[in-house]
Amino acid sequence: MPERPLTRSRARAGNAVLLLIAIALAVVWALPLVWAVLTSLKPESETTEIPLRWLPREVTAEAYRSVLATEEIWYWLANSAFTASAVTALVLLLSSTAAYGFSRTRFRGRGALFALVLAGVLVPTEILIVPLFQEMVFFGLVDTPWGVILPQAVLPAMVYILKVFFDGVPRELEEAALMDGAGRWRVFWRIVLPLSRPVLAAVGIFTFITTWNNFLWPFIVTASPESMTLPVGLATVQGSYGVRYAEIMATVVLAALPLLIVFVLFQRHIVRGIAHTGLGGR
Amino acid sequence: MPSSTAAPRRSRDITGSGLAFVAPFLLVYALFLVVPLGMGLINGFTDASLVGGDREFVGAANFAEALTDPALWRSLGVTVVFTLASTPPLIAVGLLMALLTHHLAPARWLWRLVFFAPYVLPSSAIALIFVWIYQPGFGLADALLEMVGAEPVGWLSRPVAAMLGVVLATVWWTAGFNFLLYLAALQAIPGDLYEASSLDGASRVQQFFGITLPMLRPTTGLIAVLQLLASLKVFDQFYLITGGGPQHSTRPILQYVYEHGFTNYRIGYASAVSYVFFALVLLLTAAHLSIRRRREGRLGHA
Repeated sequence: MPERPLTRSRARAGNAVLLLIAIALAVVWALPLVWAVLTSLKPESETTEIPLRWLPREVTAEAYRSVLATEEIWYWLANSAFTASAVTALVLLLSSTAAYGFSRTRFRGRGALFALVLAGVLVPTEILIVPLFQEMVFFGLVDTPWGVILPQAVLPAMVYILKVFFDGVPRELEEAALMDGAGRWRVFWRIVLPLSRPVLAAVGIFTFITTWNNFLWPFIVTASPESMTLPVGLATVQGSYGVRYAEIMATVVLAALPLLIVFVLFQRHIVRGIAHTGLGGR
Repeated sequence: MPSSTAAPRRSRDITGSGLAFVAPFLLVYALFLVVPLGMGLINGFTDASLVGGDREFVGAANFAEALTDPALWRSLGVTVVFTLASTPPLIAVGLLMALLTHHLAPARWLWRLVFFAPYVLPSSAIALIFVWIYQPGFGLADALLEMVGAEPVGWLSRPVAAMLGVVLATVWWTAGFNFLLYLAALQAIPGDLYEASSLDGASRVQQFFGITLPMLRPTTGLIAVLQLLASLKVFDQFYLITGGGPQHSTRPILQYVYEHGFTNYRIGYASAVSYVFFALVLLLTAAHLSIRRRREGRLGHA
């Protein structure tokens, strides 16, 4: 965006002040993560020194080595990767087909069913933990990946977002294909979905991040370390490592890495997704 | 609109596959949202236990117990205090970050990375980092206080300090989200508004209060509502950082539900409390919608 010419010279001076404030704020904001990284690089004995030392006397990867040598962290990573991917795939598939059905097709009870789905947006899933857990006991899914996955695959807000998007897609392309004898499903797969790539990307990335980070439900439904997701496993680290702060911080850094990478890779999509839909409020 | 004369085959196709498109979602929706919602309501009127056994209908006894339990009101108080203490800094910091980033165009991606990065971390990572920072004696928070000559606070051992600790951790964790909402709103303000006003001799400060803030008002409203709903449902940070302590002084509503359902096995009672909480959320949502509708009605289409 071009800078407005009249304010440019005055802006110069002001910008230096702004820059200083921004740097100060950025330092404060980076501090907790930087401190976690610095702690993780210290030998265990140095972490609790008084007075506190910022930098490790000698940098060591000892904490990382011993964390990565435990089996649990690999289970947690694998469980998080699998459950978050499965939830994302399910949400994309279920929400996009439903949204398309509500947007384009006509059947008895459509209005009422859509209203029912919309009403679901008002239900905080947190209030369902007790009956959901009973259901999981009934289905025998407690402490299994599917027990973690299935309840998280219901995101009525995504159906709404996608329906609004489909409503705005011009129908001409689809109608031409339908005239040529293509069925609804073919039109959906071949024409509508490719057109919707940006909104699907936003929905997918948000679902992935939210599921990867979700704590409450996986915490309720898993029990053994082998079936925990990363956030749940992480919460058990405090007790089990005792006061081994370098190892705890190494675990935190390892747990933070995958999502920081996802964020850096998909920054544009994430920023746009939040800006346009307010997705991902917490 | 497809006309019925043009393509009979098409309209048959449309009605035929419509239900098939929505059925898979509706099945999962019914199983994992509608059914548990109903089960929870029924639970609420029984003395059901997590360990099984016969359950009996107890009428509204659970609801009566919930509403007269001082501990529940205390938890509600914790949630209210948390909301009041965290919302203003979350809005102010988010706005400040957005203004800075908006005006410092060159390295925009860098600011965005630094300010938003904490938001993508799981709550348990946040909790571990802050529990470490709040350690008495060798923790970073106390060390920083000492550098400026202040006394150590005893972060997680005193009620007020524990609440402050969770609020600070939450602001650090989630301000980035509000920052992105504000940043998008700032970028959407038409540039000619500023041009016109600087031709009229308005200073930057005047422009900020006369143009920027008013143009951001809808975003601030949105953020306040999202924040309110998120604060009501707060669980992770409290449970993982303070454990609700000391002495339940920082135990939010959801932790109350969790402890009654999964620690004391009283799922009938926990379900009843869930429904009280649900009613509260619905009430606030309805209030928000009606306020917004009334305002939009008054201002025309904003």
